[in-house]
Amino acid sequence: MIYLDYSATTPVDARVLDAMKPYFSDSFGNPSSVHRYGQQAEAAVDAARETVARILNCRPDEIIFTSCGSESDNLAIRGAAYAMREKNGARWILASRAEHPAVTKTLLQLEKYDGFQIEWLDVNEQGMVTPEVVSRAICEETALVSVMYANNEIGTINPIRDIAEICRARQILFHTDAVQAAAYLSLDVQELGVDMMSLGAHKFYGPKGVGVLYVRKGTPLVPHLTGGGQEFGLRAGTQNVPYIVGFAEALRLTHEEREQRAAHVQPLRDKIIGTVLETIPNSRLTGDMNIRLPHHASFVFKGVDGNLLLTLLDAAGFACSSGSACKTGNPEPSEVMNAIGLEREWGLGSLRVTLGMGTTAEDVESFLAVLPGIVERARLLNHG
Amino acid sequence: MNKVVVAMSGGVDSSVAAALLKEQGYEVIGMMLRLWSEPGKEDSNRCCTPDSMAQARRVAAMLGIPFYVIDAKNVFRETVVDYFLEGYARGETPNPCLICNRKIRWTFLLEHALAVGAEYMATGHYARVRKDENGTIELLRAVDRSKDQSYVLHVLKQEQLKYALFPVGGYTKAEIRAIAEKHGLPTASRKDSQDLCFLAGEDYRNFIQRNAAEMLKPGEIVTRDGKALGRHTGLANYTIGQRKGLGIAFPVPLYVLAKDAARNALVVGTQEELGSLELSAHSVNWLSGEAPREPFRAEVKIRYTAKEAEAWVMPMGADQVQVKFDAPQRDVTAGQAAVFYQGDVLVGGGIIQ
Repeated sequence: MIYLDYSATTPVDARVLDAMKPYFSDSFGNPSSVHRYGQQAEAAVDAARETVARILNCRPDEIIFTSCGSESDNLAIRGAAYAMREKNGARWILASRAEHPAVTKTLLQLEKYDGFQIEWLDVNEQGMVTPEVVSRAICEETALVSVMYANNEIGTINPIRDIAEICRARQILFHTDAVQAAAYLSLDVQELGVDMMSLGAHKFYGPKGVGVLYVRKGTPLVPHLTGGGQEFGLRAGTQNVPYIVGFAEALRLTHEEREQRAAHVQPLRDKIIGTVLETIPNSRLTGDMNIRLPHHASFVFKGVDGNLLLTLLDAAGFACSSGSACKTGNPEPSEVMNAIGLEREWGLGSLRVTLGMGTTAEDVESFLAVLPGIVERARLLNHG
Repeated sequence: MNKVVVAMSGGVDSSVAAALLKEQGYEVIGMMLRLWSEPGKEDSNRCCTPDSMAQARRVAAMLGIPFYVIDAKNVFRETVVDYFLEGYARGETPNPCLICNRKIRWTFLLEHALAVGAEYMATGHYARVRKDENGTIELLRAVDRSKDQSYVLHVLKQEQLKYALFPVGGYTKAEIRAIAEKHGLPTASRKDSQDLCFLAGEDYRNFIQRNAAEMLKPGEIVTRDGKALGRHTGLANYTIGQRKGLGIAFPVPLYVLAKDAARNALVVGTQEELGSLELSAHSVNWLSGEAPREPFRAEVKIRYTAKEAEAWVMPMGADQVQVKFDAPQRDVTAGQAAVFYQGDVLVGGGIIQ
């Protein structure tokens, strides 16, 4: 099997796993305990927090460890929405139409149960939220703006700095979901100007089950997981020490190796995009040609069932992903496919190919050798 | 290594089929179809409930084989459900499992199996295939006669049979259970039910009421000689051989003998009239691919659960037959299949007129 789905998740780097191991059975203490077991564990969490803070160019007490990127999104959006409503009655939230479900579903719940009003920001055909769109929509009653750093399905990178600047000028909170971006883009929060930023370790060779929310000092936030005073009172629950250590080590390695990792995947990715568009009739690239994550290629094929395409690819030995459908339910184009204005017969046939440290030129060669035939077969079997 | 796709249901038979093929050295791939269920009752199709899908996925993981769900909602609705409704509209009692086997399992799914590079497709049916000396593939009854499911497979052509494997057909149900236990596989079988998968356990009459209410036109209940005895509520509401629920007072018990769709009349009569000495069938499929020229003796099965009856089968052209039973048969029902066996070999079968 050849794995071409690094945006779904990545294998844990052996160096990361080594860093985590001592904190399962040896240094197993609870960071909140007074005794030396606890002190040892607390020291590990503190060191991890410092590492993350250094890379994000922020203070350690602005780093909140969570259980995953989705939890970070939930904490940021719910927490800020409630806090801002309490503070100045704001109940207006802006978010792009192409956000991850961790953001959109959270917002829909706030709308349904808490009386918030959501304004969905249009994206352009490349799936990008332009600063102009944000400028036009933002107003005094806006509690929060949430726009993802890079899109999971189509890889497009949003102009986060510009959007953050617009928000800052109006003193409106700005959150970005950087879960997909973290493996390849700068996470310097001063430079980006964001107030909150979500991260998940397993997208950059860390373990699943641990995330971070960066929260700029002074950002009002109501915790939604209540209990002990862990994580500065913003996220209760005994810290998952080995995973927090793993998060920090994975991020440290990513930060150090970022350029060489990008240099490894980008030419391979470019080859995939070029060959697919050249050899497969009725194919289109989704997302922006240039302003996209360097490991990320995404396409739509007209008249193809995306799920069936994945089945045929898996049977042929290639693990990829699609924006349409899921393991259950009706095949429908994803919200992102709709947001970028694709007709149904195109939007159903999406394919995402994402590369990583383990991808070789031979992998890409053999993938490109079989893909055209497989797309053709999927077209013949079209489920209509 | 030979690649084979196993149509999995999560039940014991298809799970063991997959396990046996794996043991025999095949590269096994599990597939399951997502079939249609009524809007508002999603995921209620008995052949692919979320439970059975989860179960099949579990079994595939236990066996270490890949597992794929293939969406077949549209094609199922267009072929099987429409066939079912149209059959009732003609005054017949259709058996949608037959068309499902032919057009969905052994066409649509087979195409997907071949598309992933499989050389064979297997199911958990109790039946057997055997190649004769000319290379023709014969379809045989299962070793365990009480579990034999060859009846529903009589629709297969050589073109389909050449890919077919029925790994459990050579075993008794008890043996299959034992093999399942040995492999730690689930041993529950789906309740052998005559309910149609898309009815979700509900009476088919309600289904028709909702989906084709226009075909439920009240009409006359008549005797064979045309005497009107009362009113019926719509032909689709009755089955051949039905005694209860006719709502007419008569000195002797009356049974539904036939449905006269042209006159929208329900024909009833006494128990003696219920037996038929003969039937004719259309759309006959000859498993060998060639219609026999001469009449032949056969054991004929007139529904899935019926006992075989001795008869003469007389081919009338390529796909019609006349069947003459040695003794009268009850409940000969238009729309069901009559299937002809010689010993263990399934010779052919067609739809009763």
